[in-house]
Order: sequence, then structure tokens, then C-alpha cells
Amino acid sequence: MSRRLFTGGRVIDPLKGTIKIADVLVEDGRIKAVGKNLRAADAEKIDCRNRYLAPGFIDLHCHLRQPGEEQKESIASGCRAAFAGGWTQICPMPNTVPPIDSEALVRFELEAARAADAARVIPVGCCTKGRQGKELAELGEMWQAGARAISDDGSWVSDAGLFRRILEYAKTFDLLVMSHCEVPELVPELADEGVVSTRLGLHGAPGVGEAIAAMRDILLAHWTRTRLHICHVSSAETVEVLRWAKERGIAVTAETCPHYLALTVDALNGFEANYKVNPPLRSEADRKSLIRAVVDGTIDAIATDHAPHAPEDKDKEFSNAASGIIGFETAFSVLYETLVLKKALTLPELIARLTVVPAQILGIEPPRIAPEAEANLVVLDTEVSWVLSRDKIVSCSHNTPWLGKKLRGRVIATLLGESFRVNQ
Amino acid sequence: MAGLKHLLGIAELTGDDILAILEQARRFREVLDRPIPIVPVLRGKTIVNLFFEPSTRTITSFNLAASRLSAQCLNFAVGGSAVKKGESILDTVANIEAMRVDGIVIRHSAAGVPHFLARHVSCFVVNAGDGCHEHPTQALLDAFTLIEHFGTLKGKRVLIVGDIAHSRVARSNILLLNKLGAQVAVCGPPTLLPAGIEEMGCEVFYHLDRILSEVDVVNMLRLQTERMTANFIPSLREYRRFYGLTRERLAKIKPEAVIMHPGPVNWGVEMDYDVREFSQTLIMNQVKNGVAVRMAVFYILALKRGILSEEAK
Ligand SMILES: [Zn+2]
Ligand SMILES: [Zn+2]
Repeated sequence: MSRRLFTGGRVIDPLKGTIKIADVLVEDGRIKAVGKNLRAADAEKIDCRNRYLAPGFIDLHCHLRQPGEEQKESIASGCRAAFAGGWTQICPMPNTVPPIDSEALVRFELEAARAADAARVIPVGCCTKGRQGKELAELGEMWQAGARAISDDGSWVSDAGLFRRILEYAKTFDLLVMSHCEVPELVPELADEGVVSTRLGLHGAPGVGEAIAAMRDILLAHWTRTRLHICHVSSAETVEVLRWAKERGIAVTAETCPHYLALTVDALNGFEANYKVNPPLRSEADRKSLIRAVVDGTIDAIATDHAPHAPEDKDKEFSNAASGIIGFETAFSVLYETLVLKKALTLPELIARLTVVPAQILGIEPPRIAPEAEANLVVLDTEVSWVLSRDKIVSCSHNTPWLGKKLRGRVIATLLGESFRVNQ
Repeated sequence: MAGLKHLLGIAELTGDDILAILEQARRFREVLDRPIPIVPVLRGKTIVNLFFEPSTRTITSFNLAASRLSAQCLNFAVGGSAVKKGESILDTVANIEAMRVDGIVIRHSAAGVPHFLARHVSCFVVNAGDGCHEHPTQALLDAFTLIEHFGTLKGKRVLIVGDIAHSRVARSNILLLNKLGAQVAVCGPPTLLPAGIEEMGCEVFYHLDRILSEVDVVNMLRLQTERMTANFIPSLREYRRFYGLTRERLAKIKPEAVIMHPGPVNWGVEMDYDVREFSQTLIMNQVKNGVAVRMAVFYILALKRGILSEEAK
């Protein structure tokens, strides 16, 4: 019988927005008790004084590269990297090689994740066969195998008639439809369109190209009465579209990512490919609008869009470099500094956007630190400053603009069931 | 200019850097007028022209500049084949650098390639045009030509006409002219004017006839005829009607104003053939000054890196 006692931590309840100091006793992967002065002589003790305990984070949007590109990230390495960053449940997008568009591949993914003994995977299947945007994929079989959402992430389903059918059919199984919004004709290259792209001679991708796609998807979701989730919102125009939809009570949710909240297009000035992401980093006005939207709930949740790449795909001229950065292990620190230290959100409010809100969006049980619940929690140190170095990174890939940079606040430990990890 | 290790763009230069290059170019311009127009400044040094995009004119100008400085110059024309074979730029360059070169002149269709290269090689890098980003030596030779003609750029009003969106020449020129105190205007249809261009420091006009008579310099850009397929303009015919330097428009420009073009010209599209005969056309001076300016760039980069030949010291 394994027992762990977390002593003297400040326990965050993101649902109520409260913090109270308590000990937490965990036995065989379940929370046994939460309270003052708990005793358990034989338990492993974890000193949490001046630290916070929060439910484990749920990542609505990330990329593992198995099957097909395991050198960038396997399901196992990805689950371990997520776990190190405080993510106990993750939704890997199905744009692997081949794409996850069948029952067999969903089962394979779950199996590989179970073997990793770290974060748990919540499978997301493709909307269309082979992610080709032409024919409806076997959504029912994937649901039966464990998929809880569908997405053709990486591309937008351009065919409006097909997207209508996807929304209608997904309702059968209450699958969440997640949309990567991008009108391809408006996105010739991955740099926000404006004075920076003009200076650099890069053909821009205007934020309105994302908003137009989001608007079509939202109107169709409303009309078919299906729940829709907009992925990685990056532009102020998309925020306006979401605001419009939510004011009308349309069932749409949205996420943005740490890099859109912390960085702007100005980072592109040296043509450094580690700042190349899809959708692209945008202007300071967009960044501010995203922060406001996260604060007022127009954007519901924050996901990492963890996108590992091999050095040979990233260490290239900007136009040909792969887009995406890894995010599991830096997300909390970047968000803590960008949102909490700058007083946009309180720590419990940030935690809510990483835990209960994503759970509600997915329609799963939100993790909580309470007796009888499954052990699913993180230990956070908000005092610590640390430098992200290569040897600290658990992910197989190292493509992040935060490499070598000082970060504030850190996930110290993560616990899910019997899996426990302490970051050194 | 202590920090000048490469010539990647005008953006990285100060006004003083630019003036120093132009002053050096003026000295080399005198050398070029001598009976034996060669100096031993880079004897024993090797410069590679690495062109991923064909351009006989530019490569010849860089070649000539290197040989007038007594350097060896190798041309490494990378056709589509190496790129298609999946050979990365880094592989190509590692091979070239292994042959111990002192400088690389690079042209590439993607913006930022010279910057990327500069992070990975130990020799100096000269940007000879990267995508739609910069073409610094062209802007330097344009400025040299204008100063030669007017004495100064201060207060001069320069109009750049045409496809600003896809022009590296336009971007480098706008940056440079602003740094040396000229006023810049650009003119073209909105489809060919990139977002936020006015924030780079220029006035924006859609109608050539509303501005043509007010400027001291008219710099006509080459229209890339392949853009026709992408709906930037409806036809070459309509383009000429609104943005071409026609014989009628020639009559409207100020008597002391000059006409420039980075070449090669699409006669009958951006410019009527008659413009050749116009006495205030500086197009041939631009070509001649290109060599002197490129010599100056090589000289200054070699000087900064302490690799000038013994004779030069
Ligand atoms: Zn996406
Ligand atoms: Zn994604």
C-alpha cells in the first residue's frame, strides 16, 4: 500500500476560487483525507509549506508525433513531458502520420499512453478520413474506442457542406468538434500581416483569416445545434466573433495558448524559426485583446499546442522551417508570469482555466482535491526562478523560444493515481 | 560601425555606416576610372557568389567588384536541383565553408536566408537579395547615384512606383532614404502596397498623376509579369495606363527631376521606350556605380574582420 502525505500546502479549489492551508493524504492513488494536522506514520512526506496544491491540468490541444515521427515525440515521451509540466490529462491532435482516423489507431494511442505511466491521453479522432477534408471519418467507432473529441487540426475543413455533416453526425456521440480556423487563401505565409511582415518581406497571414473561418464554423454549429470548440485563438478579430456568439448564447468554447499571451510578432525580427507558430504570433493589440478575453471568459481555456519538431526541421530558413513550439514544460511558468504576476488573473482563476474549464468543455469529471477523489494534483512553487536548459527538458524535442531564458514559478511535482513525478 | 560583421540589410545600418560605405565607394569609383582599375586590397582572399535565384546582372557586378579588389571569386549557382534533392542550405554552405572562403554573397527567394546563414558561418555574408525582404547593395548604389547627381539626399523627395509588396529594392530604399534624410513616397495599386508600409516612413499614393509632378526622383520598379496570374492587377495594359511612365507622363515631371530603375526594364510596361532618350535618366549610372559600391562593401567588411591583405594595410 502506497501512502503520500502532502503537508502544509495552500490548497486551491478552482471551482470556488478559494485557497486554504491543509495537508493532503493520498492512499493507493486516491485522496484519503484533506485537513489540518493529518498523521500517517508510514507515509512518504512531501513538504508543501509556501507552495500551492492544485488539481492536475488538462491540455485540450497538443501534438504527440506517434505514429510516424517518433524521433520528435512518442506518445510515451509526450505523456512524460506533459506530466513534468503539470498536465495529467492531454488531448493529442490526430494529425500524425498516418492520421488517427480509425478505431484501431485510437486504441493504439490509449495503449501506448497507458504504458508510459504518466499523463493520461484523451483521444481526439480526425473529422475526415485521412484528414483529407473529403469524407466523414468513422466517428462512432472512434468514440467507442475512447475518443472524446474530433478535429482535423492542422487544416480547416474548407468544404462547408462537409463541415455541416461533421457537426450533425458528431452529435450522435456527443463528440466535441474542435476546429483549426484558417481560410487557406488568406494565409500564404506564417507571419501576422502588418508592418513587421512588410518590413521582413514575409507575406502575411491576417488575423481576419482566422476570424472568417471561426464565424462560418460558429454559424453552422449554431444552426445544427452542436457544440463547437475553436482552437488556438490568436487574433483580436476572432475574439470579436466569439464575443458576438457568446452574447447570443451560442454553444461555442475557445482556447488560446501561452505564446499568444506572452509574445508578439516583433519576435520575428531576427527570422528566428523558434518563433514560427501556426497561427502566427500577432500584434501587441491582438495580445492585449486575448488577455482581456481570457479574463472575461470569452476565451474559456488555455491549451499548450505543444508541437515538437526535430532540429533539422526547425534550424532552417524561416519560410521553410516547421511551425510550432513545445509547450508542456513552460506553460505554467509563462502563464504565471504573464497573467498572475501582471495581475490579470488570480492564481485560482488561472488554475480554473487549466483544470475545471477544460473538463467542462470535454464533458469529463473535473479533477478536485477532495476526499474520495482520484489523486490528480500538482505542487506549484510560485517563488522560484529557474532557467530552462536543454538537459531539463523531458520532451524529445527542444524547439522553444524559452530555451536559456529565466522563468518565474514552477511545477514542482505531479501526481496522478499511482504515478508521481518530482522535478529536479 | 564597430558591429558591422555582415551586410544583411539596410535595417541593421546606421546613417553613419551608410555614409562610410558611400565615401569608400567614391574612392573606388576613382580607381575604376584609372587605366588599370585594380587594387590589391583582397589579394589571396576568396569570395563565393551563392545564387539560388538566377541573375546575370547582379552576379556579374559582384564578380567584377571582387576581381577589381584582386580577390578570387567563385560562382556557385544552385539550381532548383539541389533544393529539390532536399539538400538544405546549411549543407550547401558547410561544404563551401570547408573550402575556406572569406565571404559569401547570397541571393535566395526566401526572406531571412542571409540572416539564418550569418548565424551559422564564420565568414562574412552579403545579402544580394532575399525574397521580398532586402537588397541592400541596390539601395546603396541608388543612393550613391543620387548623391553623385544632387550632392545630397537631404530634403529630396523620392517616389517609388510599382510593385512595392514584392520588392526588396523598395524596402531597402525606403529604409536607406529615411536614414539619410530624404522624403519617400510610394505609388501603386493597393494590391501591390503591403500592410503598414506607411509605418516604414513613406507617404502612400494610389494615383501616379497626383504625385508625379511634385518629386525630385522617380524610381520605377520592375513589374514581375508572373504576378499577373495572382490577381494583383487585371492586365499589363491597365497597369501601363495607370502606373506606366509613358511619354505623356514624362512631360509632367519637374525639369530637374531624375528617373531611376533597378533593371531590367519591361519596356512598354512600367516604362515607355522613349524614356531611354530622356536626358535625366540615371539608369546607366546606377549600373556603373554598382561595382564601386560592392567593392566598398567587401572592403569595409574585410577591414572590420581584419582580413585585408598586407598590401592594403
Ligand atoms: Zn491547429
Ligand atoms: Zn495544433
